[in-house]
Amino acid sequence: MQRNRVAKLGETVLYIVQDIGRMGLYLWLACKGAFSRPFRFAEFMRQMHFIGSGSVMVIFFTAASTGMVLGLQGYYSLNKFGAEGMLGSAVALTLIMELGPVLTAIMVAGRAGSAMCAELGIMRISEQIDALECMAVDPFRYLITPKFLAALVSIPLLTALFDVVGIAGGYVAGVHLMGVNPGSYLEGMKSSVTNHDIWLGTVKSFVFALLVVWISTGRGYFVYQIRGAGFGAQSVSRVTTQAVVFSSISVLVFDYLLTAILL
Amino acid sequence: MEAVAIEFRDVVKSFAKQDGGRQIVLDHVSFTIPVGKTTVIAGGSGQGKSVLLKLILGLMPVDSGRILVAGEDVTGVRGRQLERLRIRFGVLFQGSALFDSLTVYENVALPLRERSTKSEAEIREQVMASLAQLELNGHEEKFPAQLSGGMRKRVGLARAMQLKPEIMLFDEPTTGLDPVMTQEIYDLFARTQEQVGYTAVIVSHDIPKVFNLADQVIVLNNGKIDIFDSPEAMQWSREPHIVDFVENTMGKIYQSHLVE
Repeated sequence: MQRNRVAKLGETVLYIVQDIGRMGLYLWLACKGAFSRPFRFAEFMRQMHFIGSGSVMVIFFTAASTGMVLGLQGYYSLNKFGAEGMLGSAVALTLIMELGPVLTAIMVAGRAGSAMCAELGIMRISEQIDALECMAVDPFRYLITPKFLAALVSIPLLTALFDVVGIAGGYVAGVHLMGVNPGSYLEGMKSSVTNHDIWLGTVKSFVFALLVVWISTGRGYFVYQIRGAGFGAQSVSRVTTQAVVFSSISVLVFDYLLTAILL
Repeated sequence: MEAVAIEFRDVVKSFAKQDGGRQIVLDHVSFTIPVGKTTVIAGGSGQGKSVLLKLILGLMPVDSGRILVAGEDVTGVRGRQLERLRIRFGVLFQGSALFDSLTVYENVALPLRERSTKSEAEIREQVMASLAQLELNGHEEKFPAQLSGGMRKRVGLARAMQLKPEIMLFDEPTTGLDPVMTQEIYDLFARTQEQVGYTAVIVSHDIPKVFNLADQVIVLNNGKIDIFDSPEAMQWSREPHIVDFVENTMGKIYQSHLVE
């Protein structure tokens, strides 16, 4: 009994070490693919369209509702201290440094990350990736790197969109619904948001983009090596769920770490 | 002496089992595949037939032993060397492995676009000629999902032959096809092999039909080579296990075909 437990623990530790090694090598090969020629510009643009343009509406509505909620909640809290003039500053800082990068990454993980994971998982189980390898075509350059580059460009841009729409949503809720002075909302925002805050939000959005695309595509690519994933369609559905959960959790963990290091 | 296309020397391959042990799929397997001939690898499910193909292509590593392609040791090769190895092969996968998001034309053109220096006009000319040869003209703008199983196999075959491979590997090429389509696919193999002159390795349990094409047969059983002979020699063998195999698989149909 005791031996069984030790054996299972050992197996789990070995699996985790293997998985980290596998994913590390995967990241390296995906980055290396960016320097291999010919670069697949058309595929890069297709992925930009899918990850970026395809997520605009989701990001727009999430940002608008988040900004409006922040406007209402912020007004309620600040009003208690007679500081409702600080609403613009509170909404902008919260969105630029925290909620913009985090929620954008999580929304993209749910919409595009899951799709990328399922696509690669299906390509793996239907031997399409094997077929590429057999034709001596590097699957990283052909399939993975364009997804990485597209995510690294489009997620920071979506984050910027999230920030702008969120701030506008906060303005609508705070100024038009709650009667905050428009000048103080905008002036408070301008005076409190520094370049460092914007830089922090930008760094976060790049790191989160890398985490989302790395985990999502990696789970799909290694569908057969994931413990407990099973086989066939079931394995794809399981790794897709895992991709979204792991991406979201790692975004939240790295959000704390980056805030602690860079703030 | 016949030139050798592929040689297995004492190859062992095993996989980890759920209980922590190892399942030996290929147990000290040795054989040679001659150039320009057709070798059929037969055996029940889970006997390591497809694994054998993956080992040849370097898609998985061997535990021990050596694999030689045209006399060159390719065991464990990587990088550019592996690319050079793979370019010598054409592979028709069990499920055709066509790219769902690409049209028939784009699927067939892919190896040329990625691995040749041909212009788009030259690629178009070659692809259209291949599609015509395999009676696929008029279907070039369709997606794989819009094709029948037999058509998908033909597209897979057209794609596999674009880079003029020296060796063609066929992994269960007739699985899921009706008898008429199966015969059509085998006729196609015979025709294309005659035209191109490639060495063919066919993994199949479609006995006896596939044996009509074979110059030699390898039967795998419990990780070992059970039979390694020509179909004709198997037919007249007095070895009890070969007699059993012939009676249980080829039966009278094949015997009568040979006599005819």
